[in-house]
Amino acid sequence: MNIDFMLEYLPLYEKAAVLTVRIGCEGILIALSVGVICALIQYGKIPVLRRIVSVYIELSRNTPLLVQLFFIYYGLPKIGISTNAEVCGALGLGFLGGSYMSEAIRSGLETIEPIQTESALSLGLKPYQVMRYVILPQAVSVSMPAFMANIIFLLKETSVFSAISLMDLMFTAKDLIGLYYKTTESLFMLVVFYLIILLPVSIIGRIIERRVRYAGFGA
Amino acid sequence: MASELLKIEQLVKRYDEHTVINGLDLTVHSGEVVVVIGPSGCGKSTLLRCINGLEPIQGGSIKLSGDEIIHGSKNLPALRQKIGMVFQSYELFPHLSVIDNITLAPVKVQKRSKGEAEEEALRLLERVGLKDKAKQYPRQLSGGQKQRVAIVRALCMHPEVMLFDEVTAALDPEMVREVLDVMLNLAKQGRTMIIVTHEMQFAEAVADRVIFIDKGNIIEEGRPKEFFNSPKTERAKQFLNIFEFESVK
Repeated sequence: MNIDFMLEYLPLYEKAAVLTVRIGCEGILIALSVGVICALIQYGKIPVLRRIVSVYIELSRNTPLLVQLFFIYYGLPKIGISTNAEVCGALGLGFLGGSYMSEAIRSGLETIEPIQTESALSLGLKPYQVMRYVILPQAVSVSMPAFMANIIFLLKETSVFSAISLMDLMFTAKDLIGLYYKTTESLFMLVVFYLIILLPVSIIGRIIERRVRYAGFGA
Repeated sequence: MASELLKIEQLVKRYDEHTVINGLDLTVHSGEVVVVIGPSGCGKSTLLRCINGLEPIQGGSIKLSGDEIIHGSKNLPALRQKIGMVFQSYELFPHLSVIDNITLAPVKVQKRSKGEAEEEALRLLERVGLKDKAKQYPRQLSGGQKQRVAIVRALCMHPEVMLFDEVTAALDPEMVREVLDVMLNLAKQGRTMIIVTHEMQFAEAVADRVIFIDKGNIIEEGRPKEFFNSPKTERAKQFLNIFEFESVK
């Protein structure tokens, strides 16, 4: 392996890593917001919206991210919404992740016994306060392992961004391979950078899981 | 007699075809302790749930100081603040510490300051012997301790009436006493309480009035001494006999 080559192109990878993390975070934030809203709609059995949400979830989970990105990237301008690749990447990731997050939260919500809701209501809390202060925190604690798995899954999915010409890690590696044929070095650095991003997430995730479980279990 | 606090008239509660409460009338006066007993499935717990607006009712009315309690109505949260309820399974919030369990509703619902609510919570906890548990989580407490915290949580809202739904039924025998003692103290302080229980001796000690329910209606009611020593109806006699054992030796 050519160390000099790797050192020379390190800054390129660093830049790409920043982009990957940034879009990844934006996408995860969108996914979380979409997920909470969809889960609440399904949990609350809100008539029409509930149907729309289940259509969205099936659509989002049963199509590849690459296809979703193409739709957003090439489709939106056709109906007059101009946008850039980075926004598309975040939106695509949010669209995909929203359904996974929604299912994670919904399964957490369903583990909370209805009598917890009644107990909170009997104290005079309004229904939205019951959700906000009593049910949701417990559901999130139950859902935390699924959340963390989803976050890691979404960060890894960012590797298809190169298809809409975002200069992320994958794009950078492919570019260098194409330019210099340094396949081993380029791929090695790719793996290392993904590990640098994902390992801390895994470790922090496990710590968070343990902490929320400490407070949550054994009513 | 003190003023009428809770007035239930011709209450009917049905689940589909099954009638659980059938035209029940009950008036509870301020400061009165009413103990409700009866065989399981007779509608005791359902009665409490209806009083708290947790169940839609199919007939009659429930009024607290003149305000009607209607399931799903807009002013129900406001009315519920005046009704403290304690459940058989405690239903503390497992993600909150003891003190946060108690102060959640006073702070979020009654908009009291956190400091003032905590001060009162600690005072109440001290009275039930749990001041040192304030920072712990429910899972770290025994059943009896959890139930005492649940009582304090309801008390901290300054309710006008307290409902107890078989609060000792899930407890080990050793822990029953500590919870019943707390309730006896509340009775002494002149709290209005409606207690559903299977603890007959406790019922006799705490009640101003005993109500015996079977098949969704009041079969007999009276002062505890009279009811337990010389029940008038056959059904009540039969029910109370279950608790007497003949010696096998």
